[in-house]
Amino acid sequence: MNVALLIGLLLTAGLVAWSSERFHKSLPNWVALVSFLIATIWIVFVWLNGPSEGGTYADQSYEWIPRFGISLTLRVDGLSLMLIGLTTLLGAVAVVSSWTETQTRQGFFQFNILWVMAGVVGVFSAFDLFLFFFFWEVMLIPMYFLIAIWGHEDKAYASMKFFLFTQISGLLMLVAIVALVWVHYDIHGIITFDYDTLLETELDSSVARLLMLGFFIAFITKLPSVPVHTWLPDAHTQAPTAGSVILAGILLKTGAYGLIRFVITLFPEASQEFWVYGMGLGVISILYGGYMAYSQSDFKRLVAYSSIAHMGFVLVGVYSFNELGIQGAIVTMIAHGFSTAALFMMAGALQERLHTREMSKMGGLWVRAPRMGAVTMFFVIASVGMPGLGNFIGEFLVLLGAFQKNVLLTVLAALGIVVAAVYGLSLMQRSFQGTPNPDVPEMKDFAFREMSVMVVLMVGLVWVGIYPQHVLGMTDAILPLLGVVP
Amino acid sequence: MMNLLWLIPTFPLAGFLILCATEGKLPKVVTACIGAGSVGLSAIAATLVGWEFVTSDSTSYSQVLWTWMVVGDFNVSISLYLDYLALVMVGVITGVGFLIHLYATGYMWDEEGYSRFFAYMNLFVFAMLLLVLGDSLLLLFLGWEGVGLCSYLLIGFFHTDPANGYAARKAFVVTRVGDTALILGLFLLFREVGTLDIQQSLDGARDIWPDGSVMNTAIALLLLGGAIGKSAQVPLQTWLPDAMAGPTPVSALIHAATMVTAGVYLIARMQDLYLLSETATLCVAVVGLVTLFIASFTALVQSDIKRVLAFSTMSQIGYMFFALGVGAWSAAIFHLMTHAFFKALLFLASGSVILALHHEQDMHKMGGLWRKLPIPFWSMLIGSAALAALPFTSGFVSKDAILLTAAHSETLGMTFWSIAVAAAFMTSLYTVRMMYLTFFGETKTEPHDKSKANMWLPLLVLSVLSIGGGWLGFTVLGTLFGDKGVPFELHLKELVAIATMCVPLLGVLVGYLLFATNVFDRRKISDSAPGKAVGRFWFVGWGFDKIYDSLIVNPFRWLARVNKSDAVDYLYRFTTLVARIFHNLLTVSQNGRLRWYALTMFSGLLFVLIVVALI
Amino acid sequence: MMDATGGIPLEHVIWFAITLFLIGVVGILIRRNVIFILLSLELMMNAAAVVFIAAGAFHDQADGQVMFMFILALAAAEVAVALGLVVQLSRRFKTLDIDAASEMTG
Repeated sequence: MNVALLIGLLLTAGLVAWSSERFHKSLPNWVALVSFLIATIWIVFVWLNGPSEGGTYADQSYEWIPRFGISLTLRVDGLSLMLIGLTTLLGAVAVVSSWTETQTRQGFFQFNILWVMAGVVGVFSAFDLFLFFFFWEVMLIPMYFLIAIWGHEDKAYASMKFFLFTQISGLLMLVAIVALVWVHYDIHGIITFDYDTLLETELDSSVARLLMLGFFIAFITKLPSVPVHTWLPDAHTQAPTAGSVILAGILLKTGAYGLIRFVITLFPEASQEFWVYGMGLGVISILYGGYMAYSQSDFKRLVAYSSIAHMGFVLVGVYSFNELGIQGAIVTMIAHGFSTAALFMMAGALQERLHTREMSKMGGLWVRAPRMGAVTMFFVIASVGMPGLGNFIGEFLVLLGAFQKNVLLTVLAALGIVVAAVYGLSLMQRSFQGTPNPDVPEMKDFAFREMSVMVVLMVGLVWVGIYPQHVLGMTDAILPLLGVVP
Repeated sequence: MMNLLWLIPTFPLAGFLILCATEGKLPKVVTACIGAGSVGLSAIAATLVGWEFVTSDSTSYSQVLWTWMVVGDFNVSISLYLDYLALVMVGVITGVGFLIHLYATGYMWDEEGYSRFFAYMNLFVFAMLLLVLGDSLLLLFLGWEGVGLCSYLLIGFFHTDPANGYAARKAFVVTRVGDTALILGLFLLFREVGTLDIQQSLDGARDIWPDGSVMNTAIALLLLGGAIGKSAQVPLQTWLPDAMAGPTPVSALIHAATMVTAGVYLIARMQDLYLLSETATLCVAVVGLVTLFIASFTALVQSDIKRVLAFSTMSQIGYMFFALGVGAWSAAIFHLMTHAFFKALLFLASGSVILALHHEQDMHKMGGLWRKLPIPFWSMLIGSAALAALPFTSGFVSKDAILLTAAHSETLGMTFWSIAVAAAFMTSLYTVRMMYLTFFGETKTEPHDKSKANMWLPLLVLSVLSIGGGWLGFTVLGTLFGDKGVPFELHLKELVAIATMCVPLLGVLVGYLLFATNVFDRRKISDSAPGKAVGRFWFVGWGFDKIYDSLIVNPFRWLARVNKSDAVDYLYRFTTLVARIFHNLLTVSQNGRLRWYALTMFSGLLFVLIVVALI
Repeated sequence: MMDATGGIPLEHVIWFAITLFLIGVVGILIRRNVIFILLSLELMMNAAAVVFIAAGAFHDQADGQVMFMFILALAAAEVAVALGLVVQLSRRFKTLDIDAASEMTG
């Protein structure tokens, strides 16, 4: 597979979509949808063909700035392929979800979506730290535009907050990258940003701890974890539907991916020592996120806080440092991508119909739109952690792994399951059940376009839920790298 | 034939999927056929498999469907396991389940969402079958959560009433607390024994802890926590009375016959773990005893007929827990089965009454119905007799088996026995009260009975089972766990046994005198100040709800209200505030006047020059 | 040394330039009329130019004159732009008062 070509495809499609606006208003949508579908089908084929002998699906390297040892190294292993597949699929979902929502400058809108996704694919496949940072920033700016231009009432504040949080934490990572390269230069006399070479760097434990923190903060800001989570509710609430879908479905996963790919592999000892903080933050995120979700009255904000809780499970899983925990974290990433994307789509669909996200203005919507009610019920149940659906597998494995590491923290994290039920069902009650709101005499139910996307996501969740082996099998190969499997 | 095992849960699943996919567009008759038919097919498959199983010599049969997940040493497959215990459960679920589905086709006919109802019901049966057939604890947990979900969906079936939604959420969340304990138990079990396969883990537990250990007790207690939540035992019992907000067939199927007994099944299934730990077994017994005691008093003062039955269910399941705790394993499962028969019968009969009275559930507004609603009356009479454990009913056989085993158990036998017998007395008392208020006395509301064969046929079958079920399978059940049931002949030999037999009769007599005659003036008792206070205390279920509300629910709500805008964000808002203050200070100097700028420039220049000159 | 500036001592030239510069400064600070501000600017610029010429002569090097040429060019360009602004100002605000154009406060 040629990842550079895939990234190129998305970038070009972005430009094409932008300029196609002048021919027909909905042409950019089609361009974006078709290119995401092509990309998805392509990835499915690559997946079916299986990895090459080295266990990778793609491995490319071109010189870029040889003077500083910077190269365009793109590699795709099981974990990356899965996340790239999720990216392109959710890209298509995002496009469909905002088909009728954006009425202004659709070309530029789709351009931004395609470029964010190109950046994300780059992040998931870059094996050169400089290139990684480059893509990290590439995905940030179009996302900023998506929120700042097409967002809702408080978009300026939200987009700026999003930008500042990500940018400042990204700068910490840049400092850590440069410092790491510098330490490596000090020892070996070679300047290089190459991931494999830097893996071998021998670091003092104190230096390693500092550098690890630089990466860690950048990634948990993106994840996000308490206490650096506050950008997320604002950004999600204000973003257009497609923006929320991408943000929750994909962008949060880059944080988790970074933790797995960089933090615990580049700094194994420092991370091992750090486990109690990592896991502790995860537990706090689970409980605090769940509790905050319950206190919200805004449909989208509630779902946004629930994302924080779910990502807390990822953090707990990663820092339990065993196979079960890390596999669970990965499954959680995938499942959360499906379930939360769907819930944000639902929020968008409700806003499009009712022009509000406030749940006090909803109530009894099931009577008006039974399909939407049933679909919401499904995804709420999924995110509550119903066995048989993907989220359960992830959370169960995470907790099972964490239990081997620390009982007390696991017990606290398990309380998150109860809290999830509390806020999930209260979401359902306040929006779709209860006395039908007389102010909403009628509401258009889901039609084919929306239903087809929802069915795809449902099938995905059931698939991960009853046969997670496909997901688990993909990531076997990286586990030895993480030092959790001999 | 036994390899058809997978078909048993598949039929209801298929029913659910069809009903979902058609979105309620099918004609009602077709919906009814699919809804009840799928469970019927499942019952037929269960009969075939069961017959094959009983006639074969094997004591267990397992069928691996596919690998669920493999992560390192953690290996779980989706596989079904059938033994006598599972077979009894499958029989109850599919058999009683089919009858209740059949009844529901009539009961729900005029309701909105006919197809949705049967979709949920079929999903429930599917999940419940997985629960009892699952070979690993994780698959059991899948069923466990699945039935919880369906219970939530069905309690809140009439979702336009917020009260129903509240009851549904309460049921889900309270049982989730238990489920969390259960899942922690699974984690601990996996850490200690290294597998979640039920049979392997029991074998492993016996090997690792031949004399029991703290770990074993901890696991057993955590599993008990799950069972307590699901089976509505003290202290997680508060959801069950509210769960009566669901349609009556739901109460019959989920909250009487099957789901609430899942806790009993779990403990029976993990029998070996409990046998290794005396503490855990004692806890099971005490939980059951406390529940059956509290619930039987509460049932005495309720005015809603379904709530009476709910508390009675709670107390009957208390008997089952009690039985498990005192070592009457077979009797517990036997009581589970007979209870499923007679309690389903009671619920369905009360459903017929409620339907005939246009959804009136208050017993004080019923009365004098016995001539007007003969079929519900006779069914309810039979069910009540079984509930009160009058001789020659199925309830008598199973309950006496429990009580006598308790009396013979070594530790605290007689203490346990006397409490349980006191509760049995109360059972008869509230049963008589329920029957009297509903069917005798003066008529307060005119009934309109419209029920057809699909509604009275299940009542008939269940009536037969409620009486005859006691003689049906006790011999089979006796071999279930190896412990011997208490034979009937024993009754005539021992004083304890005779007392056990007579207490319910005494209860009926006292009840008759209290409620149907004027020998005692019960108003005098209930209207006196202490009587009122006690009555109210019983009426609210001994105040558990209030305690939970003020200790957990309200503080949580308050916290949620005060912190809606996220306190953590103040940290960042403060940072921006500081930046903004500096910004405002500096903008003052930017007034846009050219001469002001020039002046500041030159004074700056002058300042620098002076400084330079001075140095 | 003295002869280099044609008999005028360098010191005098510098004092002259300072005076000229200060006149310009005061002009900018106290006049509101844009034209006068521009005139004052020219004065300040010429003060600098005079110092350059004097210094160039003083050191016997042509750099001073070269710099003068630059300043001349700069002044010309500046006037061209500034007069354009003046025209705009008078058109838009109907006045030549510089404080009228302070609405951007920055």
